[in-house]
Amino acid sequence: MRRVVITGQGTINALGHDVPQTLQAFREGRCGIGELDIRDLDRLSIRIGGQVRGYDPEDHFNRQQIALYDRFTQFTLMAAREAIAQSGLDFCGELSHEAGVVLGTSGGGMTTLDENYRSVYEEGKNRVHPFVVPKLMNNAAASHVSMTYNLRGPSFTVATACASSNHAMGQAFQLIRTGLSRVIVTGGSESMLCFGGIKAWEGLRVMSKDACRPFSANRNGMVQGEGAAVFVFEEYEHARARGAEILAEVIGFAMTSDASDIVMPSRQGAARAISGALRDAGLNPGDVDYINAHGTGTAANDKTECAAVADVFGPHADRLMISSTKSMHGHLIGGTGAVELLACIMALKDGVVAPTIGYEEPDPECTLDVVPNVAREARVNVALSNAFAFGGLNAVLALRRV
Amino acid sequence: MADSVKDKVIGIIAEQAVLEPSDVKMDSTLEDLGIDSLGLVESIFAIEEAFDIQVPFNANDPSESEFDISSVAAIVRAVEGLVADQKA
Repeated sequence: MRRVVITGQGTINALGHDVPQTLQAFREGRCGIGELDIRDLDRLSIRIGGQVRGYDPEDHFNRQQIALYDRFTQFTLMAAREAIAQSGLDFCGELSHEAGVVLGTSGGGMTTLDENYRSVYEEGKNRVHPFVVPKLMNNAAASHVSMTYNLRGPSFTVATACASSNHAMGQAFQLIRTGLSRVIVTGGSESMLCFGGIKAWEGLRVMSKDACRPFSANRNGMVQGEGAAVFVFEEYEHARARGAEILAEVIGFAMTSDASDIVMPSRQGAARAISGALRDAGLNPGDVDYINAHGTGTAANDKTECAAVADVFGPHADRLMISSTKSMHGHLIGGTGAVELLACIMALKDGVVAPTIGYEEPDPECTLDVVPNVAREARVNVALSNAFAFGGLNAVLALRRV
Repeated sequence: MADSVKDKVIGIIAEQAVLEPSDVKMDSTLEDLGIDSLGLVESIFAIEEAFDIQVPFNANDPSESEFDISSVAAIVRAVEGLVADQKA
């Protein structure tokens, strides 16, 4: 089996328009969640989110591109641009024929759907723009990345709700590990902060009206975010031969299904995914220093996740660090695992663990070291990234410091 | 009236081709102007919106459509016809 390393990373999210700004926010424990600036806000009861601010598509794309790119595609292309530039790769010849794009998204072009439903249902128009379908389809972002960078190998989109990005990056890992490709551009994006996207989540009554406070006893729900993160996964020898900077190594991946409930998480399903990732990576529980939690800030997720971690790690659960960066960037749904991988790489590469901000009161059901409120310097050799989706689909990645 | 249809159609085509209207000649084909199939359906959408008409155009086989797109002049004539039909 081939080794898989990460040689590029890029992002745009509520904490910043690139990786340095985002990592700076992680170090400062800065919150990117605030009052939403969207149409018909007065008809929503949930009015906060981790929205990308100060972003004007016209600064980055021409008119024809904007006509074709939904917001989730724009975010993906911006993150991909940063990641691929950092990797230093130029896709031509043989490499371009095997290099592909595997991305996660849950909703795809939600803004396009929202605007066009509004136009035909509310405004009564009988004609929509010809690009509605190519703009809203879930694979639009992956396709535009492949077209922009001449990636002609395996490309597809994975949609497993809140685990989409982790499932996608797990597929990218396996494509390289098994020798099918030397380079896969991977990660995910989401742009659901539109009227319909928030109204749908309101219906579930799991959303907080004031803040995302994972693991804190006074937590009262999740907060949506938006954005993208994209990585260049590369076969280790290929990266070494060209002298690329290696940010971290991906060493294991596991996925499980709860097969029990469409929304309630399962302690066993989560625990099986975590222990599966350890087994796949050849790790002992005691090797893990940091876990980037799914940590949504809902009552159900946080206590289930803590119980699953306690089951898998036993006494070591009290020695490792586990934080939820959703407290800062919000829950990016299908894009969340990708943005959270940035925190894992920061912990491994820079020795700084991003905090769980908004932590106010200890919860007897969540007694792990959640790195409350302030980032921490620590030597981290192994990190895990958890994602547990609605529908009971779980995906956990294991990374190592290089 | 005829001139305004012509000017509007040329304006739409010029915008799609990222050209000045003065660079769009009546005998130009869409291919000459660098407008591809996606650009064509976008132009037709813009024409429908501008004149509030339905353009009988099938992107599966443009040559089978009643709407002649063989040149800028043909498109202008076809739009003039549709606008006149609508008023009749």
